[in-house]
Amino acid sequence: MSSVDTTTNAGQLLATASGGRRRRGDRIFSNTAVIAAVTILALLVGVAAFLVSEGLPALTASASELPKGESFIDYVAPLAFGTVLAGVLAMVIAVPLAVAVALFITHIAPQRIALTLGFFVDLLAAIPSIIYGLWGIFVLGPAAVPVMKWLEEKLGWIPIFEGPASITGRTMLVVGLVLAVMILPIVSAVAREVFSQTPRKLQEGAQALGATRWEVIRTTVLPFGKSSVISGGMLGLGRALGETMAVAIILSVSGGVSFNLISQSNPSTIAANIALNFPESSGLAINLLIATGLVLFAITLATNFIARMIIARSNVQ
Amino acid sequence: MSSSRWLAVLAAACVLVLGLAACGGSDSTSGTTNEGSNSENESGGGAPSAEVSGEIAGAGSTAQQAAQEAWIAEFENANGGATLSYDGVGSGGGREQFISGGVAYAGSDTPLSEDEGELGKAVKRCEPGELVEVPNYISPIAIVYNLPGVEELKLDPEVLAQIFNQEIENWNDPAIEKDNPGVELPETRIVPVNRSDESGTTENFTDYLSKVAPKVWTHEVSGEWPVKGGEAASGTSGVIEAVSAGEGAIGYADASQAGELGKALIKVGSTWAEPSAEAAAKVLDLSKEDPELEQGSKSVIAFEIDRKTEASGVYPIILVSSLIGCTKYKSADEAALVKAYFEYAISPEGQKLAEEQAGSAPLSPALTKKVEAAVGAIE
Repeated sequence: MSSVDTTTNAGQLLATASGGRRRRGDRIFSNTAVIAAVTILALLVGVAAFLVSEGLPALTASASELPKGESFIDYVAPLAFGTVLAGVLAMVIAVPLAVAVALFITHIAPQRIALTLGFFVDLLAAIPSIIYGLWGIFVLGPAAVPVMKWLEEKLGWIPIFEGPASITGRTMLVVGLVLAVMILPIVSAVAREVFSQTPRKLQEGAQALGATRWEVIRTTVLPFGKSSVISGGMLGLGRALGETMAVAIILSVSGGVSFNLISQSNPSTIAANIALNFPESSGLAINLLIATGLVLFAITLATNFIARMIIARSNVQ
Repeated sequence: MSSSRWLAVLAAACVLVLGLAACGGSDSTSGTTNEGSNSENESGGGAPSAEVSGEIAGAGSTAQQAAQEAWIAEFENANGGATLSYDGVGSGGGREQFISGGVAYAGSDTPLSEDEGELGKAVKRCEPGELVEVPNYISPIAIVYNLPGVEELKLDPEVLAQIFNQEIENWNDPAIEKDNPGVELPETRIVPVNRSDESGTTENFTDYLSKVAPKVWTHEVSGEWPVKGGEAASGTSGVIEAVSAGEGAIGYADASQAGELGKALIKVGSTWAEPSAEAAAKVLDLSKEDPELEQGSKSVIAFEIDRKTEASGVYPIILVSSLIGCTKYKSADEAALVKAYFEYAISPEGQKLAEEQAGSAPLSPALTKKVEAAVGAIE
């Protein structure tokens, strides 16, 4: 909203400067901008209202009334856990990779290679998620089976690689990898943008003090881009949390809360669970699914708030 | 408030559908009169000789979607003025849309029941007419497995239930070896694969397990797989893909989709039955109609499927999907169209087409007669 106010103020200033009357173009522009801003808010409120009103019957129903015979919290908790686990896993894989790609493009690669590579990374964003899902089950999953067997044998003492390793490759680890590839273009686009804007003065100053290329990057580029990388990562996390089709197709969802990333028994995610169960549901079961959607909405909201807090704090320093 | 908005949307959709039907009405008056004479010479049987026209929409079971698409294409060829659509939203969605009046007919993998009050609501939706519900699509569910080198696998129902209940964990378990003398079973871990989405296939399969192995299979019958920890995949194609990908995997899926995978023989009485169309169709001839689901209505045919049959040449793991409609619609044109389409779907030609296109099992002659009588109640 504040940006709208400044536009209006700027418009008024201009109008005053040019003889006191606001010109028609300004009026139309400021009105359009206000309408656009209000529409976004109204949409958000509308979606929230829909989720609450349709989810309420399931939220207020007792455990025995609900289709699964368990309370709403018991039903949604493993789903929320699975959602966050998949999202965090994707972030852990994608963010370092995206930062590395962005650094390579902006600071290391020769111009021509940088342009081509940037183009291809952006192209990843244009692939529909169902294609990622199919790629996951037909290519990445089977290819990951021997790797997961190896992880189970050698690193089985770490709880996340406890196994028994899946024989089909439809595991949380594969989902995390696919989601990481999906959010890579978003995160790397933001990182690339900000890294290329690192002030020349700073970089040249560091070089003048005898810093190597890595030291220049570490002391000037990375600190300068930190908050943008975080917000880019949050954008990516938002997509990973809400990703539906790829997860629904790939993941073998038959378990509850478990950190085991390579077994056939994985917690489902909220979005995938809705996609899988909505077609055959009726009555209160639909309300229940929509109520889980409300929980996803809350999770996304919370991540955004946390991201803002982190960015605000790092800006102060 | 939101429900009233839904109603408004549905009402708008109804008006649209009816409006379109009325638009087609200009050239359908002749069609209707023809239809009148058609019901007289109908004793000739099978496909309607006169054309019907108009537009109706159906929705429901994805299991019979391939068959519905084939029927609609053929039906529209024979009736130039008729436009039909079938939206495979799932059985639950189809029943819901039918009850709310969004679609003229529905396809459902489970009969309407009083569990969620759906039967009562559907009867009400059809007033002043009556509810029509007839089985139109029977499909054997195969137990598919991936064990290279094992050409034939025989499974006792009890053993089958133990495998899917994750009680038998390796393929060379004595319980499996007992029924498969001479077969070299590997020590591979058994990975049971189930559907991750709610489905009629799961509901029919768990119903079978709970009937034939009640001591082992103590879970409730439901469209959602009750056992945690197995391999789960979405859709029939997902299950087939998962079983194909993993050595030692075993799953349940529509027999027509099994492809290259091995299909287990299941013990029925003292014989070993394989999932074939004839063996599947026979089950309904041996099954009793369920009075609770039919509630004395002549136009509703719903079976309590005889899963425990011991007759030879019968394969009891089947999915039975039904057509749901009304005897009366808002316009005679619409009713005539629904009737003609239902008649085509259950006719020997329609069933043969479904067998070719979707691998279903044609209704037996005895059942066809019963179903024809029920569909004949549409006015």
